[in-house]
Amino acid sequence: MRRYFTRKVITYVLAFFVGATIDWAIPHLMPGDPIQLYLSNFNLQPSGYSSVYKTMAQAYGTSLPLWDQYLHFWDGLLHGSLGISIYAFPATVTSLIWQALPYTLALLVPAIVLSYIAGNRFGALAARRKVLDNTLLPIGYIFQAMPYAWLALAVPYLFGVIWHVFPISGGYAQGLLPHWDWSFIGSLLSHWFLPFVTVFLVSFGGWAIGMRNLVIYELENDSSRFMRSLGAREGLIRRYAYRNASLPQLSGLAIQLGVVIGGNIVAEIAFHYPGLGSLIVNAISREDYFLLQGIFIFIVAGVLIANFIIDIIYVTVDPRTRLAMQGATA
Amino acid sequence: MSVKVESLSIAYRTLSGDVVPVDRVSFSLADGEIMGLAGESGSGKSTLGTSLIYLDGRMVRLGGRVELDGAELPITDRNGMRHRRMTDVSLVPQYAMSALNPTRRIRRLFTDLLRSHGVRYRDVEQEVKRRISLVGLAEDVLDKYPFELSGGMRQRVTIVLSTMLDPSLLIADEVTSALDVSSQRAVGELLMEFRDRQYVKSVIMITHDLSILAEVADSIMIMYAGRLAEKADTDTIVNSPLHPYTQALLASLPEVGVRYSDGELTGIPGRPPSVANPPAGCRFRDRCPFAMDKCATQPPFEEIKPGHYVACWKVKEELA
Amino acid sequence: MSEVTSDAAPLTAVAPGAGTGAAPAGRARRRSDFLHYALRNPKLIFGLSLELLFVLAAIIGPMISPHDPNTIYATHLAPSHAYWLGTDQLGHDVFAQLVNGLRTSYLVGALGAICAAIVGMILGFLAGWRGGLLDEVLQLVTNIIIMIPALVLLIVIGAYLKTRGLLFEGVFIGLTTWPWVARAVRAQTFTLKSRDFVDLARLSGRRSVRIVIEEIAPNMASYLFLVVVLLFGSSMLLAASYDFLGLGPTDVVSLGTMMDTANNWSALLLHAWWSFIPPGVALTAVVGALLIANVGLDEVFNPKLREQ
Repeated sequence: MRRYFTRKVITYVLAFFVGATIDWAIPHLMPGDPIQLYLSNFNLQPSGYSSVYKTMAQAYGTSLPLWDQYLHFWDGLLHGSLGISIYAFPATVTSLIWQALPYTLALLVPAIVLSYIAGNRFGALAARRKVLDNTLLPIGYIFQAMPYAWLALAVPYLFGVIWHVFPISGGYAQGLLPHWDWSFIGSLLSHWFLPFVTVFLVSFGGWAIGMRNLVIYELENDSSRFMRSLGAREGLIRRYAYRNASLPQLSGLAIQLGVVIGGNIVAEIAFHYPGLGSLIVNAISREDYFLLQGIFIFIVAGVLIANFIIDIIYVTVDPRTRLAMQGATA
Repeated sequence: MSVKVESLSIAYRTLSGDVVPVDRVSFSLADGEIMGLAGESGSGKSTLGTSLIYLDGRMVRLGGRVELDGAELPITDRNGMRHRRMTDVSLVPQYAMSALNPTRRIRRLFTDLLRSHGVRYRDVEQEVKRRISLVGLAEDVLDKYPFELSGGMRQRVTIVLSTMLDPSLLIADEVTSALDVSSQRAVGELLMEFRDRQYVKSVIMITHDLSILAEVADSIMIMYAGRLAEKADTDTIVNSPLHPYTQALLASLPEVGVRYSDGELTGIPGRPPSVANPPAGCRFRDRCPFAMDKCATQPPFEEIKPGHYVACWKVKEELA
Repeated sequence: MSEVTSDAAPLTAVAPGAGTGAAPAGRARRRSDFLHYALRNPKLIFGLSLELLFVLAAIIGPMISPHDPNTIYATHLAPSHAYWLGTDQLGHDVFAQLVNGLRTSYLVGALGAICAAIVGMILGFLAGWRGGLLDEVLQLVTNIIIMIPALVLLIVIGAYLKTRGLLFEGVFIGLTTWPWVARAVRAQTFTLKSRDFVDLARLSGRRSVRIVIEEIAPNMASYLFLVVVLLFGSSMLLAASYDFLGLGPTDVVSLGTMMDTANNWSALLLHAWWSFIPPGVALTAVVGALLIANVGLDEVFNPKLREQ
């Protein structure tokens, strides 16, 4: 087990390194000067321009040689600093992220967990009931094929515009100041619901289909055949098959994380939901590159940590990984 | 009579028509008898064996019946059969090495399967442990996962599991095929011991290997291209077989200690006919050195001598 | 989003040609078997027909459309005889945009799939064939790339480019999704490498390249095809998300940019359903047909999956 985890940790550390380096490298290797771009928004006198430029360049370190900037970048990173935002100056990137994070997590975590669980149950059910299978399968494929963007438009259109059940934009009602009482929480929830449904639906289809295929495969394999030959009830065989099928599904979850995050961002943007997605759009439109880079690293780190958590869960669930790594095979 | 099979025919439904790997097969087994069911690949022996316990969705019974301990065995009734499986009829499958569920401990498999038949593991735990030791495994095997055991160990666990409820009939499908010679001997002796201790009443041992049957089986039944060719007790089959196919089979086996410098080791020329499109009449006709015109019609599988059944016109004529 | 999650990857059931003598006859029978099943598989037929319909729409649509996708006409018009799908908030003809957008989306999807296929096949094959350290390194790279969210990476890159064309989008999507192909190819190469007929070819003295082309590639082809088809679909979806965020190509219209326009100009509140429903439905239908056809194709290649 130690070998298993050491390998995984090395992969994650390397992935983070690569991700962070790409993140740092892109703006520095791209044509254009962020400070210049920023300053072009102001009608500065040429005489004042150069001094402002110099100050900013010094503050952001852009006048240093590249490798020096790279080292400074890592220095800051390891101290937990992601830099200072340009458009929201002097707020730090970290503080902006922390503000947006709860909204994103509130959307992402329930959507992933619920779609995974529900998708698995439905998929397993479809695997054994032909009638359900014939309806679930096409529905699942349709949802899997839907672009996140479209659901993010169609769902609010249906529930927000045609049937005025839910609001279609914002994190909470405009005019409300955040404070902990029921009206605010209610507002939070009603604004949360539609974006949540959007992210949930697309993932749900994929899990259901995947689980259905896996369960069908398990129901036909040698151990299922044997149990059937020995007179086991079909329910027992199904339970075994479900257990066996859950394992590859779990590793599939780790892989799909990147995709779901992408979808989450799209949903947030479409709903003007104040999470990381909207922050990204703000960063792009205000050309706040430091904010953008900070968000990227943060997301990469988050995905890697989530992967690691899933790895731990996987080891506890799969006896083969647990024991094989201890060399217990005869 | 423990087992009686009357004119059983089983077919597979395929796109290009019915394939009939078991064609009007009749035989019987006495209590305590280990019968070897031998034949080439594609002879239908595995289908015959498994049809007695589990007829899957693709197989259809065209005719015939099966009797076990005097009562009919409802092989086509999935629900009816469920209660008979493992309790009256049991199976050690061809794929015994992968028959145990990889994500459950062995004890769990025992518990769940026994509970399917209304037996509590706690009540039979002592017996389980006794039998595990009998087959040469340590008791802690029950705590292990299948992948922690070697292939041979897994097979032995499967044998114990399959016979836990003392079935009347055990079908052992190619249990020795993947083993080396000494392991084959060990498994063969295991089956005999289980029979002697009455953990099973009768055994049908399906194999293509006559040599193991010579050691273990009380009687041998030869199957060719979906039909029965010959059945008799082991001694007779090995030393004085009557059916030309059996004779050719035995002649093609190498003998220990005999040098073949003076002659060639011959096989049987030709190939068995496909059961998808069988020829009319005796199926061995094209390869039989004694074929006559009469062989264009199928010879009946009859008792030629007491306890000795053959399906061959030549044999019938010679002994008439 | 469609991703390749089938770990129980069914190997093709096609038997390899045993020798030069038996090969031509064997292959001919295989091909007719394949066609027999292909023409009878409802999923394949349905998916393929639907897909063909849209491909035709993408090719012929722009030719028969009475309006130009980039010209501004009257804004916010409901579908009518003059404007078949109405006009969007900026005054573009939705139908013209739709059929042209289909073209763009297909192009980007194809670019992405081809790019991913080429890179993935080369790297995956090298990893599988050589094994050892090369394999370990490539596996590491693959895992790293899979873990980094593709869309976020594309956002970060795209945000810095002032002009963004189709080529960039397609190629970059390919560069973020090639790990799927590489994995599949590597797994297949491993299994096929140890098969008897490859050893036979080796023993008969054939050079490695010939072995690859004649023995291994045909067996992998079917599985690879399935993977690439899936990748085509997911590339289109990824491109749509990307365009939706406003980072898409600045000079052409795509299904994603249509939805972006609708979102930015309050199509929802103005009840202008014709400006965002068609592109979404079109994309869903295109990718959905691809997925269903894929399942059907999988059944044709692998008899075990066929319902008896």
